[in-house]
Amino acid sequence: MDFLTLIQILDSSVRLATPLLLACLAGLFSERAGIFDIGLEGKMLAAAMFSAAAAAITGSVWLGLLAGIAASLVLSGIHGLASITFRGNQLISGVAINFLAAGITVLVAQSWFKQGGRTPQLQGDARFEGYDLPFAESLGSIPVFGPAYSELVSGHSILVYVAFLAVPASWFVLYRTRFGLRLRAVGENPAAVDTAGVSVVGLRYAAIAICGVLCGIAGAYLATALQAGFVKDMTAGRGFIALAALIFAKWRPWSALWTCLLFGFLQAVALRYQNIDIGPITLPVQLMDALPYILVVVILAGVGGKAIPPRAGGEPYVKER
Amino acid sequence: MDVMPKWAEVVLVPLISLLLAAILSALVILAIGEDPVAAVKLMVDGALGSTYGWGYTLYYATNFMFTGLAVSIAFHARLFNIGGEGQAMLGGLGVALACLYIPWPHWSLALLGAMVLAGAFGAIWAAIPAYLQAKRGSHIVITTIMFNFIAAALLNYVLVNLLRPKGSMDPATARFPEAVNLPTLHDILAPIGISFSKAAPANVSLIVAVLACFLLWVLIWRTQLGYEIRAYGHSDSAAKYAGISPLKITMIAMIISGGLAGMMAINNVMGEAERLVLNSTEGAGFIGIAVALMGRSHPLGVFIAAILFGFLYQGGAELALWTTIPRELIVVIQALVILFTGALDNMVRMPLERLFIALNGKKA
Repeated sequence: MDFLTLIQILDSSVRLATPLLLACLAGLFSERAGIFDIGLEGKMLAAAMFSAAAAAITGSVWLGLLAGIAASLVLSGIHGLASITFRGNQLISGVAINFLAAGITVLVAQSWFKQGGRTPQLQGDARFEGYDLPFAESLGSIPVFGPAYSELVSGHSILVYVAFLAVPASWFVLYRTRFGLRLRAVGENPAAVDTAGVSVVGLRYAAIAICGVLCGIAGAYLATALQAGFVKDMTAGRGFIALAALIFAKWRPWSALWTCLLFGFLQAVALRYQNIDIGPITLPVQLMDALPYILVVVILAGVGGKAIPPRAGGEPYVKER
Repeated sequence: MDVMPKWAEVVLVPLISLLLAAILSALVILAIGEDPVAAVKLMVDGALGSTYGWGYTLYYATNFMFTGLAVSIAFHARLFNIGGEGQAMLGGLGVALACLYIPWPHWSLALLGAMVLAGAFGAIWAAIPAYLQAKRGSHIVITTIMFNFIAAALLNYVLVNLLRPKGSMDPATARFPEAVNLPTLHDILAPIGISFSKAAPANVSLIVAVLACFLLWVLIWRTQLGYEIRAYGHSDSAAKYAGISPLKITMIAMIISGGLAGMMAINNVMGEAERLVLNSTEGAGFIGIAVALMGRSHPLGVFIAAILFGFLYQGGAELALWTTIPRELIVVIQALVILFTGALDNMVRMPLERLFIALNGKKA
């Protein structure tokens, strides 16, 4: 494998890691506040469809992004209604949201565009184009560093940079602000937060709203940047890989970055090579596909440090009377 | 503390939830510019208007009975098994191995053999997450989700690399031999003078599924094991004090659950397709969740809910055939049923409870 191939694979890893990272951070905010969210997949899917639809109709990718975020927020609202206000089962609510998105997206796309449940191909301003960082041209001629900078770091769509900047931002919000401290506390011991006079319900709704926005960006990235339009089930399990990454990263922002890059890399390799020969053994492509899931089961089994979820996760909070 | 009479708990709450889901579904149909009344008419005609329609409705219902029972038994032990899909896929592998590699003299023996292997494969796929939950505290919902994806990858590998006949491009096994073809409802009903559509896929597995409903009812409410499972589901700490082993109950409940989900394969793989294809389960494992929620985890409820979903599935296929409404409408209805009977249960229950408290207060 030559240097250029390596750069190409890494480049595609970054592109594939972006939606995972955004969804993973979305789940991080939600679960740190004590709301399990297995509906990441559904929110991304809804955002992908509505962003592509809005971009196709208005011709503006930015309006598309807003529409995607709005769609994702609506689903977040349903999840909040079920799991916070009515204290229902958060996992069942997540399952329902995934199905709701899977069905509604095709139904609406078919009703609006009549193209078999997909949106029209996006072109020009209706799509996020690659964005060249300063000096990408001029530095390109420097050996090793040049191609790495101009191919790998530069030339991505703006949402990729947003995703990577969201990592330090999430870290800062969670660990260096009062809001973040309260948010983490509400996921560990909501009664204590309530005693301190801070609204548990308000904090949890804030957390799932952040989750909705991030999932919305992730979905919009899929349909308007990574690909040019929405197709049925285009998230293809990414919401669950993000969930896997979240557990693998033990609910921490920086670890989430490395995990998503690793999972993105696995996807990139699986995309490029069908089977991988390592000396005497051949790794089938299906193994590469399944690897993130297998890794999570291994981690959850307690191999290599225990993954301990937020203590109040999944428990509806009942205020004492 | 029961504020509501039993009939309200068992009948009224699910009925109102269902009604809400139905109203929203009708609004969805209106929103995409179709006529809900005409759609329902078409669905009833297509699914229940002929023995052909019934044959498909009952075929789907058979799948959903197995997966619904699978989710139910786990619910009784307060375990949420989202892995029915993966367990059913593995069950399909079990059926395929049994049918392809053992020369069965008669379909009845083949059915028994296939059930054992399908159940075993499904059970193993559920037993690993169960063990990890009981021994290592790994969250069973997450592990069963992951096992669905791992099962899909495994099946893909096995079909593409191992079981695919030479020269075939299609990732599927060869057709099963004639001897293991299960009798359809047409074959069963013809000798007693009832004519049933020849083309419909409903088959003898339906009887097995109904039998499974009954046996599970006996297990849950008439045996010591069933009592232990329910006790553990109500309060694991109380069950522990009563000498009930959490490891044992978790393992047994999940093994039965996985076994039932796996056994679904005798219907879709052995009874209908007569070979194993990719995505043979078609989401039936997930519909089991909706069926179990709607049926309140009671075998009789599961039976009724499975037939309702069978009707929705067949009706939805007819809709997609004759109108511009895509099949995905059924996925939306399924989501609304899960949402209202599962997650938003309290939204229906709380006002009802208040109503009953007010009514009882007046009487006293």
